[in-house]
Amino acid sequence: MGSTNSTLLKIPNVEVLMQETGFSPAHIIRLHDRFKALDKEGRGHLCPQDFGAIKELAMNPIGDRIIGAFFSPGKEMVDFHTFVKILAHFRPVDKDRPKEPNSPELINSRSNKLKFAFQLYDQDKDGKISRDELLKVLRAMLGMQVTEEQLESIADRTIQEADLDRDDAISFEEFRKSLEKVNIDHKMSIRFLR
Amino acid sequence: MGPFMSPFNNLLCMLLGISFTVWFTLLLVFIIVPAIFGLSFGIRRLYMKTLLKVFEWATVRMERGAKEKKHLLYKPYSLNSIIAKEPTSLEEELKEIRRNCSSRELDGSASTTTSPSPSSSEFEMSDTFYFCRRGIESIVDDEVTKCFTAEELESWNLLTRSNNNFNHISTRLTVLWGLGVVIRYGFLLPLRMKNFLSEKVHLMCYRICVRALTAIITYHHSENKPKNGGICVANHTSPIDVIILASDGCYAMVGQIHGGLMGLIQRSMVKACPHIWFERSEVKDRHLVAKRLSNHVKDKSKLPILIFPEGTCINNTSVMMFKKGSFEIGSTVYPVAIKYDPRFGEAFWNSSKFGMVNYLLRMMSSWAIVCSVWYLPPMSRQEGEDAMQFANRVKAAIARQGGLVDLLWDGGLKRGKVKDTFKEEQQKLYSKILVGTQEVRSRS
Repeated sequence: MGSTNSTLLKIPNVEVLMQETGFSPAHIIRLHDRFKALDKEGRGHLCPQDFGAIKELAMNPIGDRIIGAFFSPGKEMVDFHTFVKILAHFRPVDKDRPKEPNSPELINSRSNKLKFAFQLYDQDKDGKISRDELLKVLRAMLGMQVTEEQLESIADRTIQEADLDRDDAISFEEFRKSLEKVNIDHKMSIRFLR
Repeated sequence: MGPFMSPFNNLLCMLLGISFTVWFTLLLVFIIVPAIFGLSFGIRRLYMKTLLKVFEWATVRMERGAKEKKHLLYKPYSLNSIIAKEPTSLEEELKEIRRNCSSRELDGSASTTTSPSPSSSEFEMSDTFYFCRRGIESIVDDEVTKCFTAEELESWNLLTRSNNNFNHISTRLTVLWGLGVVIRYGFLLPLRMKNFLSEKVHLMCYRICVRALTAIITYHHSENKPKNGGICVANHTSPIDVIILASDGCYAMVGQIHGGLMGLIQRSMVKACPHIWFERSEVKDRHLVAKRLSNHVKDKSKLPILIFPEGTCINNTSVMMFKKGSFEIGSTVYPVAIKYDPRFGEAFWNSSKFGMVNYLLRMMSSWAIVCSVWYLPPMSRQEGEDAMQFANRVKAAIARQGGLVDLLWDGGLKRGKVKDTFKEEQQKLYSKILVGTQEVRSRS
């Protein structure tokens, strides 16, 4: 692979990280700079407040859910590895990469992207989107612009359409099925520049 | 050990003492002479040209060295962007998703009783994808944080501060760098310290400061210089902006009272000329501020007021939202654009990172402060224009002249939280798309 930059060497286990996530060395360096810029106090890890300081994110209706996706339950810190792994979900799918039969699933596979989106809804992580959780997301995205009744009717309709086993909740499989025709790769990918 | 060490000690002390004395005498001579005659303009420009040539040579050496060792020399993206942000809006995205999903529904899903038309906008679970992607994009790269980090340079100006990625390439370069350090800290810094602390009257004081910082300022369009009874507005990068403007004309300052060194300077300035200083808490009472300002402006004999409407220091690549207070007063506004040349020293003051003294130290040990000041033709509020629109018009003019990016973001975001109104805007937009159609459905 040739000589690597000294910044890369400062990051522990960077080879493993690159292999797991598929980011190039240049991307890793850039993300590392970004990580350091966000980590204003130089602690080596990020906490929810560091994410909250990003103004565009604070403006996002589901901003705090996105932030929550970075932190595993109970943890209040995100190290660089976790940061990169989560962002790896948004790498575009490598169409040219041949599928090896026994290789572990890529972080940025269609299925994993869907799982990421699913957890934005399923905050209690029970594997189902309950009517209540759906209402919460709707409320977050629409704010005070709609009435409670309108929200409930939207939620009812959505569950009616997607809930195939009639348990009044949307499981991951039902979620996946309802999004069959959506171009997930396009909607849930970010174009990282070379 | 005692008697063995002492002759060496003595010798060492003597040597140090002698060299120090010689150094100091030389320095004094070099200070007094320039103070009397002043560094002439020609010399400073020559200095600047020489510096530039040296930087170019240094960069070429670095590039050559980097090629030999196959190092990654520059940060990969000189424009500071790591991702290509999709320019599509919320509406466009949602329409696309609808088109996809409606084709699914027309294929025959039995559950719905009323089949929605292809262009209907119902909530889809994939709507969150748009917000999610936007959110992740902003985590990776956002405009506001970029405003508040110093600009990256493509070449290296031999100041370690601006060197993030350049490693030691050759001995010659290190020697040059070492020489640079010696010159800057041993020569330029004491020179400037001495000059900085001298007391002179108003204009002369600022002129000395300008010389002290080896500021090479080019004033454009001096015919548009602010007149009495007007308000001068400028974009803000550092406290040095004040010095630069004030050395070319007399202004009444408006600003927040600082503690420490700044406060001392402010208090001494008030004695010379009527300035308007505020406590930050007073600033919140906008009526009081506006009243004081308009009283000052009405008096035609008073100096023009100098205001920085962004409210905080920005890193000189863009202009942030102007606070409308100064534009409500109703007098003529004289816009001024200030652009620093970052090759000679990063003038931006990141007050959350560095204190005042630290910043001054950095400033004084830079190579030079090179900047351009453009005096723009006076503007006043037009019929039917409110203060905010007027402020934006002035901001656009300043941004255009200075070659800066005109941003809608509020400079207050440096310190404060995002107002909820921004989030509401997003929510409103989304609900319009959804709920608007719902009403149509209920009617039919």
